[in-house]
Amino acid sequence: MKIFEVPGYAAISETGFIFLGNTGETFNLNEIGKEIYELIKKKKPYDEIVSEIMNNYDSDQLTVERDLDDFINQLKSFGLVTEK
Amino acid sequence: MSDKRRYERPVVLKQQTGFMNKFGSGPLTHPKSEIDGIPVSELAERFGTPLFVISERRIRENQRRATRVFSTRYPAVRFAWSYKTNYLNAVCSVFHQEGSWAEVVSGFEYEKARRLGVKGEHIIFNGPSKTKDDIRRAIKEGAAIHIDHFDELYDVFEISREEDRTARVAIRVNCDTGVYPKWDRFGFNFENDEAKQALRRIMTSDRLNPVGLHTHIGTYMMTTDSYKTATDKLVELAAWLKTEYGHTLEYIDIGGGFPSNNTLNGQYLPAEQIVPSIEEYANAISTALLSLPYAKDELPVLILETGRALIDDAASLITTILALKRLSDGRRALIIDAGVNILITRFWYKHKITPAQPGGVMTENTAIYGPLCMNIDCIAENIVLPVMKKGDRLVIDYVGAYDMTQWMQFITLRPNIVMVMEDGSVELIRESENIEYLLENERIPEKLRSFSL
Repeated sequence: MKIFEVPGYAAISETGFIFLGNTGETFNLNEIGKEIYELIKKKKPYDEIVSEIMNNYDSDQLTVERDLDDFINQLKSFGLVTEK
Repeated sequence: MSDKRRYERPVVLKQQTGFMNKFGSGPLTHPKSEIDGIPVSELAERFGTPLFVISERRIRENQRRATRVFSTRYPAVRFAWSYKTNYLNAVCSVFHQEGSWAEVVSGFEYEKARRLGVKGEHIIFNGPSKTKDDIRRAIKEGAAIHIDHFDELYDVFEISREEDRTARVAIRVNCDTGVYPKWDRFGFNFENDEAKQALRRIMTSDRLNPVGLHTHIGTYMMTTDSYKTATDKLVELAAWLKTEYGHTLEYIDIGGGFPSNNTLNGQYLPAEQIVPSIEEYANAISTALLSLPYAKDELPVLILETGRALIDDAASLITTILALKRLSDGRRALIIDAGVNILITRFWYKHKITPAQPGGVMTENTAIYGPLCMNIDCIAENIVLPVMKKGDRLVIDYVGAYDMTQWMQFITLRPNIVMVMEDGSVELIRESENIEYLLENERIPEKLRSFSL
């Protein structure tokens, strides 16, 4: 089961603004992106994140998984998450 | 009803530091969900996508405004619809209903105008490649033949003698208007007196009736001074004809070339901010023309062959997002169902592209590619769009000029074109092509009819 981890130097505000303490870089998340990032921060596994999103949003599993994969790839490329 | 929230793809955007762009426009978060009051979704579902949508109302408004602007500055004005800009029968017919003559540049366009019911005397026949048959027909039907070069002049001379008819002719004049590169490949040059030489030859013939002078100084011309310079030069030629031969002209044709509101590739500011208004062009041309030393009742008709400026903003292209991709640099890319084969003006313009449905507040830098398996098929290299998903639709505006004439069947077939009529009805004015249409003119040699693999 895939679990991701948010590095300790990443701080997120309630509006979805992320500050990386190690590089000074900043990022913005949209509403759903912020929710996912917070779930990752709580160390929720991939499948649980998918279920959570499907419970809260009007979408199907295939779409959610496809978009989540792309989102996590982006987070990884920016150094915002690491895979455990 | 579900209490679930509307789904939007999760997005993370890195904040970029750099200089602020004080000219920057806001992101396109307001959708274009209707065209002339008809929902884009309805048009797409009924006719499929990609779909060209033309507004009858907008064409008429554009033509009426242009006519009013020029007519209030010069007493006799006539527009001639530039067929090559958009020669769909329905489009040409709207312009003809508004009083425009036909301006054609080939035998095929001439035939199209005649089949629509335009009389020869209301056709202006331009272009460098008229055949002898084209010229013969134009002479017989009383069309105005705008002569491009001496070989054509002698063809007209010879055929008019053969037919024992008088040909109505004008010469196309090219001149230095201060814009470079100079457009000197069409017509007779003013500065080296080639134009006068051609007119002298015409005046010595009893079979050629010089009814006008014509110029067309370029395309997407952003300076009104050039029009004044060109008109001044035609006025000088017209005055010379009157002094030298006592001949007065029926018309002076200033051609076209006015820009639309499409922004050129490489142009920093949006076209809306830098393109002169049609009033400024009208001022430049009419001021120069009124200096002609003709009596008031002899003033020639001003003919305008404006194309792009009258039709570009009357058409939109509805397209559907087929897929989303991520480029190697992390940028978002879209694949849409409209390629450069039907949007040829992509090579000239940065088109206005707007989502057809509401989006969130988050925006992404996005590249838009067409469906062709060709690297050149790029519709927008970098455009700011809301978060889009597969199946969403985009509306590409200002596609009325040249896209529906220069388009080509390549990899995909050409799509439906509809016209939203003034009464709100929607008419299919060109049906999408099918494989039968494509194969109709192909012939396969007998020995190639079978094979085994």
